[in-house]
Amino acid sequence: MINKKVANVSEALEGVKDNMTFMFGGFGLSGIPENAIAELVQKGVKGLKCISNNAGVDDFGLGLLLQGKQIDKMTSSYVGENDEFERQMLSGELDVELIPQGTLAERCRAAQAGFPAFYTPAGYGTEVAEGKETREFDGKMYVLEHAFDADFGFVKAWKGDAAGNLVFKGTARNFNPNMCGAAKITVAEVEELVPVGELDPNQIHIPGIFVQRIFKGERFEKRIEQRTVRQRD
Amino acid sequence: MLDKNGIAKRIAKEVQDGYYVNLGIGIPTLVANYVRDDIEVEFQSENGVLGMGPFPFEGEEDADIINAGKQTITTLPGASFFDSATSFSMIRGKHVDLTILGAMEVSENGDIANWKIPGKMVKGMGGAMDLVASAENIIVAMMHTNRAGQSKLLAECSLPLTGVGCVKKIVTNLAVIEITDNGFKLLERAPGVSVEDIKNATQGTLIIEGDIPEMQI
Repeated sequence: MINKKVANVSEALEGVKDNMTFMFGGFGLSGIPENAIAELVQKGVKGLKCISNNAGVDDFGLGLLLQGKQIDKMTSSYVGENDEFERQMLSGELDVELIPQGTLAERCRAAQAGFPAFYTPAGYGTEVAEGKETREFDGKMYVLEHAFDADFGFVKAWKGDAAGNLVFKGTARNFNPNMCGAAKITVAEVEELVPVGELDPNQIHIPGIFVQRIFKGERFEKRIEQRTVRQRD
Repeated sequence: MLDKNGIAKRIAKEVQDGYYVNLGIGIPTLVANYVRDDIEVEFQSENGVLGMGPFPFEGEEDADIINAGKQTITTLPGASFFDSATSFSMIRGKHVDLTILGAMEVSENGDIANWKIPGKMVKGMGGAMDLVASAENIIVAMMHTNRAGQSKLLAECSLPLTGVGCVKKIVTNLAVIEITDNGFKLLERAPGVSVEDIKNATQGTLIIEGDIPEMQI
């Protein structure tokens, strides 16, 4: 067993520097690497280029890094649940690249899988395709999109072991598995770090080969963005 | 004239047995409430769930189980969770049978604009561009005119596009319209709405052939 376990979040983020490109798993606030984000706030690294489907809310998730003006550029598919984000975007302090959600996922997966680029129909004929190579296959037009190139990928899983194997829960899975192995260093934080051998190899979502560092997150708030319920009859 | 629930009810009639369906935010979400219960349909949410159920009872919300609108949801027996790349493989790979989404504008050749108003805060396209670029069966659910009373069914979209030549059908508060090679073809009128009303509210080419029946809801 190759040991990927590190003692804590501080050790997990060793080597993080200003101006780096990071990937963050999560959809909305679900399945975000809360502990890595808190540590990045603590470290105060700046000039970050962040790849994340969303940008958090004002006081949680990536919103915390925006508050400290630590982010220079966001690559996302949907943003704006966040006043500070809007302010920085409109004032030009923050560079925002909006891309289709499936393209974002596939640019992660391509980086993970060793594909430099791929053709997708998403965005053809729109401003997303401007300046990009397009090509026809069987009578339909496609846009060439490139794999991401990131320094660190921060992901969150439900369970993991020291070998780096990961199991996700519910829709907190989202972009997390696609980002594993897509950056130079993948850092996984888990709710439960179980002894090696306890996870059933049949049930592992991400094999440890895609993960360089794993630690048990000290605290998971798991905030709900839109609490929606129905009444009992 | 229909309200939002009426539009959803009419669209629900387009949902067939065995369909996998992706519902957008807004009116499309309401469609789930009106699908016949004698057919089997599974709802897909692009954040990674197939087999979505109703909202949870109070106290049973789970931060790890949400839909693409970030709302807490439940799952039905047979449901599955998956990663985002797999989710969009279902969408781009045409495994999802029907996509229902809202729009700001639709043009008579099936172009759709629903993600950006220049000069206003842009929130992003989310999964809409992937959905419209791939789905074979796209129904747009929207009001026939915008808040200013201007037609949303145009000869050409004025707003930045989400996708080109992709919309097949539109259900509005006034009408059911099919996109054909020659323009918007009027199929049905909403209850109490005349062909003239629809003509006046449609800026693009409107094709009217024979008697236009009233919608059965």
